[in-house]
Amino acid sequence: MPPSAPTAAHALTDVTASDSSLRRFLHGLPGVDAVGLEARAASLGTRSIKTTAKAYAIDLAISMVDLTTLEGADTPGKVRALGAKAVHPDPTDRTTPTTAAVCVYPDMVAVAKEAVAGSGVKVASVATAFPAGRVALDVKLADVRDAVAAGADEIDMVIDRGAFLAGRYMKVYDEIVAVKEACGSARLKVIFETGELSTYDNIRRASWLGMLAGADFIKTSTGKVAVNATPANTLLMLEAVRDFRAQTGIQIGVKPAGGIRTSKDAVKFLVLVNETAGEDWLDNHWFRFGASSLLNDLLMQRQKLATGRYSGPDYVTVD
Amino acid sequence: MSEKTETTERLSVFKTYKLYVGGKFPRSESGRVYEVTDAKGKWLANAPLSSRKDARDAVVAARKAFGAWSGATAYNRGQILYRVAEMLEGRREQFVREVADAEGLSKSKAAAQVSATIDRWVWYAGWTDKIAQVVGGGNPVAGPFFNLSSPEPTGVVAVLAPQESSFLGLVSVVAPVIATGNTAVVVASEKAPLPALSLGEVLATSDLPGGVVNVLSGRTAEIAAPLAAHQDVNAIDLAGADEDLAKELEIAAADNLKRVLRPQPVDYSATPGIDRLTAFLETKTVWHPTGSLGASGSSY
Repeated sequence: MPPSAPTAAHALTDVTASDSSLRRFLHGLPGVDAVGLEARAASLGTRSIKTTAKAYAIDLAISMVDLTTLEGADTPGKVRALGAKAVHPDPTDRTTPTTAAVCVYPDMVAVAKEAVAGSGVKVASVATAFPAGRVALDVKLADVRDAVAAGADEIDMVIDRGAFLAGRYMKVYDEIVAVKEACGSARLKVIFETGELSTYDNIRRASWLGMLAGADFIKTSTGKVAVNATPANTLLMLEAVRDFRAQTGIQIGVKPAGGIRTSKDAVKFLVLVNETAGEDWLDNHWFRFGASSLLNDLLMQRQKLATGRYSGPDYVTVD
Repeated sequence: MSEKTETTERLSVFKTYKLYVGGKFPRSESGRVYEVTDAKGKWLANAPLSSRKDARDAVVAARKAFGAWSGATAYNRGQILYRVAEMLEGRREQFVREVADAEGLSKSKAAAQVSATIDRWVWYAGWTDKIAQVVGGGNPVAGPFFNLSSPEPTGVVAVLAPQESSFLGLVSVVAPVIATGNTAVVVASEKAPLPALSLGEVLATSDLPGGVVNVLSGRTAEIAAPLAAHQDVNAIDLAGADEDLAKELEIAAADNLKRVLRPQPVDYSATPGIDRLTAFLETKTVWHPTGSLGASGSSY
């Protein structure tokens, strides 16, 4: 084990004492009832959220968005535009809350930092050779340090899915611990890429592994694969953070990312949060949406509630 | 059964009329239906009673389809619209029956209506690649420029179909809108929506991309209000609105400067002219520099 163990001096410290104890713990987690999980997620998705509750949910969702651009073609101009949008999502209505953060590649952190300066919007940076994570640990750590040095408030790391699927849990654990250390005061989000983990059981194991290793947030996906955040896998992770807090007293955030495009979807996720983890998570310190196009739909819905008229894409920015 | 044979009477196959939105046939989001009767008050079918959310979904579908449809070549649009006429021809019997029921016409009068409708569709299909020559062209200007005007479709057009002429009137307002490259959200005649809903089935099998025409049935006033106020609808044809409703909708439509075609008395059996084609066209004018004129006096 690396010298700096996770901060948690909690009930589960023994679990990470050795490779075999970690494996025993993760495989001892109860199996996931896949049908039950999906049915539960689907039934919570049928709640009808209207009028004032809807207005509250939309504003809350806007304040939880990590406005993201992770393209090879990102330019400083695009990042600045994104920053401006994060600070004033709807320039025609200054009562619109700011988004939680902008999420960019490490080399764009400085630009993003400047764009959101003084607004309270955080800058998150993906690191550790996002999205594949297929490089040596030294390179990953250098990537993280680079982003932190440039001023990133939050780091989104990817786990080594190859090692995880091969059953080398300790390697994944050690990596997260090392990255957490490199983050310093920056909050660490750990991306599992749930679409590549194949089973719900694996998602549950990964969630616990990430939390044991000191993640501040657990995040579903990179947005770069076919299957991204779904209500079911987010529900599973919300159950994990709930149970983790019950056992250790440590609260950990959840961030579904990718594939959430409409206000309706976002509100469904908020229902999941409220009904699973509870109200304590209904805050952008503990729950985020990794999204880009979602924000425009939220703004159009917000305009609809304010004016009574359906809005259209002509009235939000093209990004 | 009059004779003692083994044949049993066939059970009737009732048709569930559905909306046509985005190339699919959904029921109303609200789950509501209303009874449609023939001219004498006899029950014909239940039609979906659309809500404002159906209208919103239809606008989203129409907007999504606009890029590809307006970008298709005029010739291609003409071919597809002609294909629609071919499909209509194949469903003649059904439309004759539906029009006869809806408007209380004799079979021969209804057949004449359907023929006129199909001819109308063919007529508009022919206009797709000719309208640009009529309303566009090169403009003589005093300067070294080519100056060209070309007609461009307006965008998403909400069409309130005429209340009385359930099929000929419907096609007379829908075909010109899509012929020029617009996409349409059509609100069918309130008391005779069945021919319009069946037209959706024809459009779905005619290579017309999904979302170019979306057909909603229900209370015209209820569906038209959100369409008129919708910020993403570019124009509205008020053919099926009465005077009070038309005024109300025109006020709502002013908010995002929609183009509005006011209701006017129309004889749908007469040759329509190109007014409805040009009502939803905008003119793009391009100034193209030709460069300085050469020694020979002309650079082109």
